[in-house]
Amino acid sequence: MKLFVSDGNPHCLKVLAVAELTGVKCDICHASDDERLVPFLSHPVRPVLLLPCGQHLFKANPICLYFLEVSGRDVCDLTSQWLEWEAAELQVYLTFHCVPAFDVHLFLVDKLQCVARWFEQVNALPVCQTVAQRVQQQKSLESLKRFLQKQPLPPARCRNAPLCNRAEEDAEREMTDEEIQAAGATWSRGLADRPTPAERRHPILPQEGKRNVLITSALPYVNNVPHLGNIIGCVLSADVFARYGRLRGWNALFVCGTDEYGTATENKAREEGLSPQEICDKYHAVHASIYKWFQIDFDHFGRTTTEKQTEIAQDIFWRLYDRGFLIPDTVDQLHCENCQRFLADRFVEGICPNCRYPEARGDQCDKCGRLINAVELKDPQCKVCKRTPVVRSSAHLFLDLPKLESQLEQWLEQSMSTGNWTSNARHITRSWLRDGLKPRCITRDLRWGTPVPHPDFSGKVFYVWFDAPIGYLSITASYTDEWEKWWKNPEKVELYNFMAKDNVPFHSVVFPCSLLGAQDNYTLVSNLIATEYLNYEDTKFSKSRGVGVFGDMAKDTDIPSDVWRFYLLYLRPEGQDSAFSWADMALKNNSELLNNLGNFINRAGMFASKFFEGRVPQMELQQEDKRLLAQVGFELRQYIQLLDRVRIRDALKCILNISRHGNQYIQVNEPWKKIKGGDEDRLRAGTVTGVSVNVACLLSAMLRPYMPAVSATIREQLCAPANCADAMFQGAGSFVCTLPAGHRIGTISPLFQKLEAEQIESLKRRFGGQQVSARRFSFLGGLPTSANPERAKQLLQEVAEQGDRVRALKAQKAEKTLITAEVAKLLQLKKQLAAAEGKNPEPSPQKGKKK
Amino acid sequence: MALMELASLEKSLGFKKANKYSTQGNNKTPILQSNKGAPLIGLVTIASHLVQEAAQPELLGRTAEQRAVVRQWLEYRVTQLDGCPKEDIRSILKELNQYLEDKVYLAGSDFTLADILLYYGVHHIMADLSVQEKEQHMNLSRWFDHIQHYPGIRQHLPLVVVLRNRLYTGGHH
Repeated sequence: MKLFVSDGNPHCLKVLAVAELTGVKCDICHASDDERLVPFLSHPVRPVLLLPCGQHLFKANPICLYFLEVSGRDVCDLTSQWLEWEAAELQVYLTFHCVPAFDVHLFLVDKLQCVARWFEQVNALPVCQTVAQRVQQQKSLESLKRFLQKQPLPPARCRNAPLCNRAEEDAEREMTDEEIQAAGATWSRGLADRPTPAERRHPILPQEGKRNVLITSALPYVNNVPHLGNIIGCVLSADVFARYGRLRGWNALFVCGTDEYGTATENKAREEGLSPQEICDKYHAVHASIYKWFQIDFDHFGRTTTEKQTEIAQDIFWRLYDRGFLIPDTVDQLHCENCQRFLADRFVEGICPNCRYPEARGDQCDKCGRLINAVELKDPQCKVCKRTPVVRSSAHLFLDLPKLESQLEQWLEQSMSTGNWTSNARHITRSWLRDGLKPRCITRDLRWGTPVPHPDFSGKVFYVWFDAPIGYLSITASYTDEWEKWWKNPEKVELYNFMAKDNVPFHSVVFPCSLLGAQDNYTLVSNLIATEYLNYEDTKFSKSRGVGVFGDMAKDTDIPSDVWRFYLLYLRPEGQDSAFSWADMALKNNSELLNNLGNFINRAGMFASKFFEGRVPQMELQQEDKRLLAQVGFELRQYIQLLDRVRIRDALKCILNISRHGNQYIQVNEPWKKIKGGDEDRLRAGTVTGVSVNVACLLSAMLRPYMPAVSATIREQLCAPANCADAMFQGAGSFVCTLPAGHRIGTISPLFQKLEAEQIESLKRRFGGQQVSARRFSFLGGLPTSANPERAKQLLQEVAEQGDRVRALKAQKAEKTLITAEVAKLLQLKKQLAAAEGKNPEPSPQKGKKK
Repeated sequence: MALMELASLEKSLGFKKANKYSTQGNNKTPILQSNKGAPLIGLVTIASHLVQEAAQPELLGRTAEQRAVVRQWLEYRVTQLDGCPKEDIRSILKELNQYLEDKVYLAGSDFTLADILLYYGVHHIMADLSVQEKEQHMNLSRWFDHIQHYPGIRQHLPLVVVLRNRLYTGGHH
C-alpha cells in the first residue's frame, strides 16, 4: 500500500494521524501537488491511497475508515455520521470561507468552549503532535495557503440550474484565421449569376460533358408488402442519392420496378383465385402507392412482366448460348406427386445437410447460409401439402460461371478499385470468388416467367436470378426506346446499384457474368451500395406474425412521411445491423428534429418576422459571425464529400451539426435582448438574425435529399430563390449569402410536432405482434390454436375444388357478383384450412429474394 | 430531494413500512429519528443504516477494500456531485466515464449502495444531456442504463432513454 501526501494539506494530516494511530503498514510518499496520481480524475488530489489490488482511494475519510477497519477496529454509525458532516459541511465552510487561522482560534476559544476544549484535548494526543510536525515541516502556513488557494470554487447548491454549457464541445474543430476570412469572402459572393436549374424533362438520356449517373434500386418482389427494412435498404437510400445528384447538377436517371415472375406469385394467384397477371397488377399498385407516400422520386417505376423483358432476356440468352457459355444438363429435382409440380426451392423444407438445421429451405439454409440444392435436404417435405416429394430428373441449362471467371475478375478488379463499393459488398463478393464459382442453373420448370426460347427447353422459364436483374434494362426500355444509350455505354455512364446485402452476389457475380458473356458492351455496375439488416425492436419484421411496421401501415400512424424518412435514414444500417425502436424514434424526433433543427430554423425566421418586419436585415459581419460562416462552410463541404461517397448517414450528421452551431450562435448573441438596445446593439441583432436566416436557407437545401417536403416548406417560408441549392452545391460546396438584406420572407410556422410518450406506447403495442392487426384477420376472430389434420385434409380438397370453380367462372366471364361470392368462399375455406393446419394463413417469405 | 431518495431506497430494500424523516439546515440534510436514541443525520449515514437494517450488508461492500471504495463514491456523491456548478458538470461526467471504462459497477463487479445513490444523484444531469453528449460518455451511459433497469431501483425517477443507435461517431472506442 502506498500513501501519497503533500505539504500543507489538512486532509493529509488527518490520514497520517489515523495511519499512525492504527499502526497500518504503508509506504508514505511525498508527491508534488501537480502530479496526477489517479488516472480518471480531472484534477490532482491528495491524499491518495494506492491499494494492493490496484484501486485508488482519493478521499481522505474513506482512507481513514479503511485504516481503522484493516487494523481490526469497528466503525460505528456515529463515526460515519461525523465524517459525513465533516466532508459535506465543515470542510466546505473552512476551505471556502477562508477564515484566517487565528480568527478561528479566537472564535473557538471565545464562543464555543466545548469545541475549544475538545480541540485542545485532541491536539495534545501524541499521535497528532507527531503527525502535525511531519506534515507541517517549515513552511506550514505557506503551504496551507497554497493548498487552500487551489481548491475549486464553492458549490452554488443550485440543483436545478440549467446544465452543460454546450458551447464547448471537445470534438469541435478550431477555425483558423485564414479559414474565417475565406468564409467571409465566399459569403459575399452571394448567388452571383447562377441560372435557375431547368425543370426535369423526360426521357432523361446521357449527355456529353455531364456526369451521367444511372441509379437502380433492387427490384422489390411484387408479392411482399415492403417493410421498413426493405425500404431503407433499397428505394429510400437510392432516392436520397438521386435527389442529391440532381441538386449537384449530375444527369441522373433513377429507375426501379416490381419483380413479378416466380413461384410465389404463382402460388398467391392460386390462393386468391386470380391469374398471376392480376395478382401482379394488384400488388404493383400497392408498392407504387407506398413509395409515393414515402416520396420516392423515381424517374420510372416499372414492372418485369413486359414484352421488353422477354425480348431483352431472350436476346442475352441467345448471345450466351451462341458463344458457348451455357451448358445443358439434367437435374434431379423434387417433384410433389400430390401437387403435380416440380417444387421450387422455397417450397421444400428439410434438414440442412451441413448444419442439421431442421427448417432449411430448398436453396439456402437460413441458419448456416450455405447454398444447397433441394435434393440434398434430408427428410424433405413439400411445404404446401407436407408430403414427401420424389426425385425426378429434368433437363436444364447452366450458366458457365467458371468459364467467365477470369473475365469477371478482371472487371471486378477495375470496378472495385475505381468505384464506390461498400465494404460488405466487397467482402461478400470476394468470398464467393474464393469458394470457387460453379455453373448455375438458369432455367426452371414453372409456368409464370420469361419463357426459354430454345426448343429443347420449351415449357421452362428463366430462373429469377438470371431474369430479374435484366428487369433493370427492360424497365429502362419501357421508359425510353433509347435505353441502350444508358445500358450499352460503359464509357459514359456510371451505374449505381442499391440493395441489401443478401442481393450482393447476384449483382456482383451472376448478372455481370451474364452481361460479360453476352459481349454486347453492356454497362456494368461501378458502384455497389449494400446495406445490412434493419431489425424491429430486437426482433425481425414478420408479416405473418404481425410484427413490425410495413410500408402500407406507416401512413396510418399519423407520423409524417418526412419524419419516417429522417428516422430510417438516421438508422440506415451501414456498417452493421441496426434496430428500429419506437422510443428511439420519438427521442430523435423530439431532440434532433424539434429541439435542434426545427427550433433553430423557426427562431431565425421568427426574429426576422417579428423584429425586422419580415425582411432580412442589414448585416455587418464581425469576426465571430465569420467564424460561424467558416464552421458552417466546413460542415457543408463535409456533407458534399460524404454524399459523393454515398455515406448517407454520416452526411445527415453534418446537417444537425450546422443547426447546433446555429442554435449556439443565437444563444450567445441574444438578439432578442439586443433588439431593445441602442443602434449598435440593434445592428448586431440584425446581423445575427440575417446570418441565421441564411443558414436556415442552406439547411433547407441540405435537407432536400432527406426530407423533401420539409425542405420545400422551409423554402416557401423563406421565399428562397430557386437556384440556392444549385449555387451552394457546386464543386466542393460553398456557403454564400442567398438571402441578402432587404429580402422579404413569408409566414413562419413550426416545422415539426412533438411525439408524445402515449402515442409511441400505443404504436408500439399496435405493431408488436401480440395482437394481430384486426384488418387482416378479422374473419378469423383470433389466432388459431390447435391443428386438426383430418379436417385439414378435407379442407385441402375443398379449397382445390373451389379454386377450380372460381377459375372456371372467370374463364366463362360469369357475372361479377357471382365470382366475388365464390372468391369470398374460397378465401374463407383457405383461412379455415390454415387454422386446421395450426398455422397463420400467410406463410409469407422472409426478407430478401429467396425463390 | 434526499427524502424522496430515502423513500425510494426503502422500497428497493423491501421495507414494508416507510420511516418518517425530517430535515435541517439550508441544505435540507435529512434526519432519521431512531427509537434507539440519537437521531441519524446525513444522507449517506441514513442510507447505510437502512442497508444494515434490511440485512443486506453486502450492499456496502464485501471486503474492507470494497467498503472503502463504496464510502468514497458515497462521499463523492454528497460533496462533489450534489449542487455542483455548471462548469464542473463536464469534468464530473468525464471522471465517472473514465472510471467506469473497465468496471461494471462503481465497486467493480458488485452492485452496491454507491451505484444506487450515484444513480439518484446523476439522474437529473443524464436526463438533460443531448444525444451527442450521451454518446460522448458511453461508459457512464451504459452504467446508468444498467442501474436504472436494475430491478427495484428506479422507483420515483423517470426512465432516461439511453440510445441504442449512434449518430455521432468518434470520441469513444
